[in-house]
Amino acid sequence: MKSLEELKAIRERMEGIVGFRSEDSSMTKVIVSMDTCGIAHGARPVLTTLSDAVQEKKLSHIAVIQSGCMGLCQYEPTIAIEEPGQEKVIYVNMTPEKALEVLEHHLIGGQILSKYTLNGSQE
Amino acid sequence: MYRSHVLVCGGTGCTSSGSEKIIQKLEEEIKKNDLTEEVAVVKTGCHGLCALGPIMIVYPEAAFYSMVKEEDIPEIVSEHLLKGRIVTRLLYQETVTPEGIKSLHETKFYKKQHRIALRNCGIIDPENIDEYIGTHGYEALGKVLTEMTPDEVIETILKSGLRGRGGAGFPTGMKWKFASGNRGNVQKYVCCNADEGDPGAFMDRSVLEGDPHVVLEAMAIAGYAIGANQGYIYVRAEYPIAVERLKIAIRQAREYGLLGKDIFGSGFDFDIDLRLGAGAFVCGEETALMTSIEGNRGEPRPRPPFPAVKGLFESPTILNNVETYANIPQIILHGADWFASMGTEKSKGTKVFALGGKINNTGLVEIPMGTTLRTVIEEIGGGIPNGKKFKAAQTGGPSGGCIPAEHFDIPIDYDNLLSIGSMMGSGGLIVMDEDNCMVDIAKFFLEFTVDESCGKCTPCRIGTKRMYEILDKITKGEGTLEDIDKLEELCLYIKENSLCGLGQTAPNPVLSTLHYFRDEYIAHVVDKKCPAGVCKSLLSYTIDADKCRGCTLCARNCPNNAIIGRVKEVHVIDQSRCVKCGACMEKCRFGAITKK
Repeated sequence: MKSLEELKAIRERMEGIVGFRSEDSSMTKVIVSMDTCGIAHGARPVLTTLSDAVQEKKLSHIAVIQSGCMGLCQYEPTIAIEEPGQEKVIYVNMTPEKALEVLEHHLIGGQILSKYTLNGSQE
Repeated sequence: MYRSHVLVCGGTGCTSSGSEKIIQKLEEEIKKNDLTEEVAVVKTGCHGLCALGPIMIVYPEAAFYSMVKEEDIPEIVSEHLLKGRIVTRLLYQETVTPEGIKSLHETKFYKKQHRIALRNCGIIDPENIDEYIGTHGYEALGKVLTEMTPDEVIETILKSGLRGRGGAGFPTGMKWKFASGNRGNVQKYVCCNADEGDPGAFMDRSVLEGDPHVVLEAMAIAGYAIGANQGYIYVRAEYPIAVERLKIAIRQAREYGLLGKDIFGSGFDFDIDLRLGAGAFVCGEETALMTSIEGNRGEPRPRPPFPAVKGLFESPTILNNVETYANIPQIILHGADWFASMGTEKSKGTKVFALGGKINNTGLVEIPMGTTLRTVIEEIGGGIPNGKKFKAAQTGGPSGGCIPAEHFDIPIDYDNLLSIGSMMGSGGLIVMDEDNCMVDIAKFFLEFTVDESCGKCTPCRIGTKRMYEILDKITKGEGTLEDIDKLEELCLYIKENSLCGLGQTAPNPVLSTLHYFRDEYIAHVVDKKCPAGVCKSLLSYTIDADKCRGCTLCARNCPNNAIIGRVKEVHVIDQSRCVKCGACMEKCRFGAITKK
């Protein structure tokens, strides 16, 4: 390594990965249900896609967390988004592609994507 | 990319409680559940809560598992890592609340800590330079080489108020300034003192094990500041994990060109080599350490000349402690004012302490200077086990002294500790309760000094031995009041006349216990009693005839057949045979045996 740019490049590559190991209450939580029902409906690729995307984009304020069954087995895979001070939003029947859309519109853009939410999709 | 990181502590504490096996099992189970692509296992340095090891933290949930056992792993993997159900019963129970899991930073142990020197310990993989760079590692080195002059670097360190963390508390910037003259024309050296020898101290080991690159980076910065091209880390051979990780770190830094020739294209060359200490306490003293690096027997030499003038191989040398170095890159990146905003008037920043002895949370803590001893022991340390009463805390190891309960609210900094007859030392903090005999403690430290005295100067070599003999006499109940006077006189003489720091500070444990706990010495000498019930020669075990049921349990457990008595008859202890081991008292179900 001969330049600061090279150092910076390594730091930028690693920042998301090391930053992943932090915690505080102001973080946005993206919770993917990963019980048997969820896994059977394909929750695992949804989880890994989201987790990868968040790290790639260095969204260190977002934690992609898995949880057990939410009780909405027929809607699996589901994602719950908990932003501090906001009401919980639940997205249902997720696929990796849809999950990325949610990430783009809701988590980055700040707009709830109602066509995929639990309430929206029922209407 | 991994969606989950499992951090397992690979520090000495957790390694000895079996974390290697935990990692193996974890990797096996992860493979079994087909999660190798999704879950990363990271072996880190110390998290601090050594009493609860092996420790494992799962991110992004930040679930803190403590005292993990091999047989718990399959459940953690299949429940938590696969299905997202945190195994609450295995978590550190303080983080479990009715509302869910509480952040580790909210727990009593971590809440009042402020981590600068330990910022990466327990978070990054110390064997992977990229992870260090990911936390802004080597950026401070880049900054000084491209944006700052050597004098500006020294000015920044001076302004930050950083003082040596090895014990004496000499201003670091001043040390660097003294060695900075005549740059480029003379050979100079930068040394790191990692010969941590105080009993009960393990701060430096934890930094080396958890974040070795920070020391390399800081030494390179120091090299640039004073104009040195070669560094040596003098580390104890008894720290095999630290030595191994340092070797890996040096190799990786060389591969990246962060050590070696023309670093960052600045024209500055710097390299570091390791020197292993063979375990002599005196080699932690700076002149002895340098003598040892030179390949000679580790003995101190008189100062002046100071190392900044004539140090290693007779060249100007700076020597700083591991923890001191661990602060440097942060000061460069965040500025002197940031560092100086923490701590007290004359002691800036934070200090790492190794908590040990009679305390619930044995482990490593980093607190802002000025935190009170009460906060450290009662809040962070979780208090004293079994509801016992605090008697004293010992800081500074064999060179330090005791802080008694009356100074429980003293803010910890260099000058306050000195004013009450103790010293900061390297950061060992041993807590003692009512069951500790202060004469016995003083004797313990003296035994250590006698053993470790290098023998070069007479006051230390013979004086400490005589002190030990007097203390031994007192603990055996054979001491006289004249002995106490003689002891005090010897203390002052040794303090004044010894060649190096080891001898000059060796009497401190005796002086400070004499000062605060003179009544205990008097009790040993005049009443022939050990108030804490520690000194065996002054104890006797007796059986209360009213309470004894004649169950024979004590007699059967006595290792020396000192208890006489038949079934259903009152038993008696033959004092001439009793070795005072206390086994009978422990076994008696009726509380019939007392110690006096």
